[in-house]
Amino acid sequence: MKTDSPFLELAGDAPRVRVWFDGQPLELPAGANLAAALLAAGVQVFRHTPVSGAPRAPFCMMGACFECLVETGGRVQQACMLEVEEGMRIARPHEAEAGNATV
Amino acid sequence: MQQYDLAIIGAGPAGMAAAAEAAQTGLSVTLLDEQNRPGGQIYRDVDRAAGPRGAILGQEYLHGATLTAGLGQSGVSHLSGAVVWAIEDGFRISFTRHGRAGQVEAERVILATGALERPMPVSGWTLPGVMTAGAAQILLKQSGVLPRRAVLTGSGPLLYLIAAQMVRADTPPLALVETQTAASLMASTRHLPGALRGWRYLAKGLKMLAEIKRADVPRFTGAANIAVTGSTRAEAVSFRSKGQEHSIACDTVLLHHGVVPNTQAARSIGVPHAWSEAQQCFVPETGTWGETGKDGVLIAGDGAGIGGAMAAEFAGRIAALKAAEELGRITAQERDRRAAPLFSQRSRETAVRPFLDAAYPPYSGALRPADSTIVCRCEEVTAGDIRSYAKLGCLGPNQAKAFGRAGMGPCQGRYCGLTVTALLAEANGQTPDETGYYRIRPPIKPVTLGELAAMEDPSANAAE
Repeated sequence: MKTDSPFLELAGDAPRVRVWFDGQPLELPAGANLAAALLAAGVQVFRHTPVSGAPRAPFCMMGACFECLVETGGRVQQACMLEVEEGMRIARPHEAEAGNATV
Repeated sequence: MQQYDLAIIGAGPAGMAAAAEAAQTGLSVTLLDEQNRPGGQIYRDVDRAAGPRGAILGQEYLHGATLTAGLGQSGVSHLSGAVVWAIEDGFRISFTRHGRAGQVEAERVILATGALERPMPVSGWTLPGVMTAGAAQILLKQSGVLPRRAVLTGSGPLLYLIAAQMVRADTPPLALVETQTAASLMASTRHLPGALRGWRYLAKGLKMLAEIKRADVPRFTGAANIAVTGSTRAEAVSFRSKGQEHSIACDTVLLHHGVVPNTQAARSIGVPHAWSEAQQCFVPETGTWGETGKDGVLIAGDGAGIGGAMAAEFAGRIAALKAAEELGRITAQERDRRAAPLFSQRSRETAVRPFLDAAYPPYSGALRPADSTIVCRCEEVTAGDIRSYAKLGCLGPNQAKAFGRAGMGPCQGRYCGLTVTALLAEANGQTPDETGYYRIRPPIKPVTLGELAAMEDPSANAAE
């Protein structure tokens, strides 16, 4: 998941902290925009739609489209409106409880 | 509950400039914005990005730092990270900030909610790997993140800006697939004499095109039949240009064919809107000061009709002067004296618009998509579905919700509203104004019961 990201991250000076996405550990820049950091780390599917199960990923990056919804802290939230914090546990919405956490 | 003379929603150029100007007249001002740092989308995170990425992003972006500095020195109460979900008469503004709901009251409201990308529904636009060009800009500005293998698709100067920035970052796009035609360029030339007043923009456009050419980025124009292909993510863009079919393999597709006013907040409090043929979207009806049909509510910047960042800054200051005069802080003469240079500067900044609107019209294939194309991303409703509702007698977007939930997902119609109006208007032989738009009701952003339960200052509510 961490290799071959379609996105390039210009060098930054923020320290890396560990978070988990879908059970996998990732080292992301502390305080970075969560959606941007996950894309740079190679996460390609953020959620599956409740209608057809189609994969989705960030689209607008400005809090308007709600495509980057993830579950963290017990809530479904827009990843593009969150910042990376050490120890965050992030899952695709409703997949943890459904027990079908697949890519 | 905190009370202010003026509440401003949105900390982009219009909101920041309005806040600083209003504070100077002695008004007490609060500025609410969703982001943790001021700048809006155009100057997103300018205070942090200017150092490491200033050379890539360019001078016009760096100008935003003058506005954040002005805001910082203004004494304005800046509520950053505040997601506004309701504006009620009076005015009472409800928001969520750091996991708790809160409210402020203000005599006057300036909406500076800016623009959204014009929805560009093409086949495959919901696949991971497809984003708006604006999203790519935000990734670069705020996070220093760039797509490695991207195709920029659509029309308009923003495509050239992002392409030039990608070239400067040594990650040029694989191609520019542009939908404007030689005919639209010819038609736009009659606006050139007027546009020459905005010659800086034209010069900048030519400079960006030169940068793109020097980097050997292929450009295709007059593109039609655009589709993003891929099974679980974007793998290529296919299109026809100059009679030839093309398919370009890529990882990221950046879509853009103009921006439109973000009207959610204005609509939610009953500001009247009308269709703009020139901008091909709904625009709130505003006067020269930004005043609306709703007493006490002014709109400044792109939210009142697309004019760009510099025009937004002047519009913000103009609206602030109007609010200060209405609240008795300055006389009408003082207001007019201060506003006179702002009006002429704003008109110079918008002089280039008719030329740009004509030269880079929206992609017609996305204004009226093919039947199989999804238009409502949230509820996965296709253009064919909307047309079939019209055949069953559906006259407007609000009825379309009952037929198939278009516009009822979490984005609340932000990325399908204009398309649904256009499809129903065409099918029913009506104008967009006759067809209308979704009725927007609060909460205009999601709020949880937990956030409400944690409401700040509950005693102020109990006393009412």
